[in-house]
Amino acid sequence: MSENVGDRFDRLPATAEERTVEGRPSRTEVLAWWESRYGISPAVFAEYTFWERGAGKIWAFRGDLETPAEIEALGMSALRTRQEHWKPTLEAVQRFGSHASRNRIALAREEARRFFAGEDQELAWDGDWGYLIVTHELAGEPEPLGVGLYVYGELRSMVPKGRRREL
Amino acid sequence: MSVLERYEPLVDDVEAFRAACARPLPSVVRVNTIKTSVGRARAALEAEGIAVEPVSWHPGLCRLHEDQPGSNWPYVHGWLHGQEEVSALPATVLDPEPGERVWDACAAPGSKTSQLAALMDDTGLLVATDNNLGRLSALRSNTERLGVTNLAVTVEDARHHSTEPFGAEPYDRALVDAPCSCEGTVRKNPDALAGWSLDHVRGTAGVQKGLLSRALEVTREGGTVVYSTCTFAPEENEAVVDHVLDEGCRLVGFECPLESAPGVTEWDGQRFDDSLELARRIYPHHNDTGGFFCAKLEVTR
Repeated sequence: MSENVGDRFDRLPATAEERTVEGRPSRTEVLAWWESRYGISPAVFAEYTFWERGAGKIWAFRGDLETPAEIEALGMSALRTRQEHWKPTLEAVQRFGSHASRNRIALAREEARRFFAGEDQELAWDGDWGYLIVTHELAGEPEPLGVGLYVYGELRSMVPKGRRREL
Repeated sequence: MSVLERYEPLVDDVEAFRAACARPLPSVVRVNTIKTSVGRARAALEAEGIAVEPVSWHPGLCRLHEDQPGSNWPYVHGWLHGQEEVSALPATVLDPEPGERVWDACAAPGSKTSQLAALMDDTGLLVATDNNLGRLSALRSNTERLGVTNLAVTVEDARHHSTEPFGAEPYDRALVDAPCSCEGTVRKNPDALAGWSLDHVRGTAGVQKGLLSRALEVTREGGTVVYSTCTFAPEENEAVVDHVLDEGCRLVGFECPLESAPGVTEWDGQRFDDSLELARRIYPHHNDTGGFFCAKLEVTR
């Protein structure tokens, strides 16, 4: 097994058997994770390839290129692996989260406002702990807004500092 | 003589031109159709009590009667992008189709890049290049907020753009929205003309010629290259296009949805090819926007 090279994009192997880099997830594992954690069907990602650049930082690109790709960015950064609990990015949740059927929590407008300002808040939730897709209603439909970490009766805002707003 | 007086001989209504250049610009947003529809975005703005005035020539553009288009729910969802009205023109003229290969040669901070991605339905391949890492980080945060996923970003001097990472295949279309002396942005930034000099204009024109030449080289025969700037100087506009006309391309006319004037064929003692009249000049008083230049080229080699 070789080590991850942090400054280039390497396409994820299709399956764990084809893995050549220690600790790198496979495409199959990534698709299975979106489905088991959030109920997002692999069909949603049918046109996507997944790439690692930066240890555990997985990027979703709608298309394909030769691997490795020595470029600055590819698609969008979609999730963090190489930690016990994988964590989706806010941007991936906003882009793909409308397909989610579980581990999504709907906030009222005032709760959403506090969440997007970066505040943690006590909320009732009888589902799994861990990273949840946070939604609120916009123009008549629930819209995914970002990622919250639910633990000990509290929803912690995972909105990155640069993305927070007082609305 | 002020910088803008230089162009008064080119302008149909000098008083209106002067008055428009002195007025601030309206605040405009573009609806990002990768994440929502024009109807839902307008509904979300109206639900927040933000008055929306549609822009007649482009269904996705709205003028807002507030100064901070970034402080509302549809914006943080990536449904909207603050973009000057006239700067939505070049991507509209390039008119990429879903599934195509497109190069945005001077991409940061990404307004036009994300507009191209939306026109492509976020499919095909969109390559965005810039040589400035700081501005590229602004591009990255814009394209991620807008949910663009068909994008590959390179940091390099676009005059030496390498297509190797992309299979060394030519592009179907390329946009060269070139760095320029920005005279047409004087309404947004009153200091835009502070550092103006003819030497700078001439130096910039040299870079622009290199950028446009490379875009023509990497675009397939029959493909389209759009060249645009936000400046009035013919040295950076018609003269640049004139310079590449013997490099396997020809100017083509296009339906300009904004009121505009033809490109000039003579400036400061220099003659340009007659086909430069097919390019379009947009002055601030024409449509109450910034100033702009746009030329559409077909690759013929």
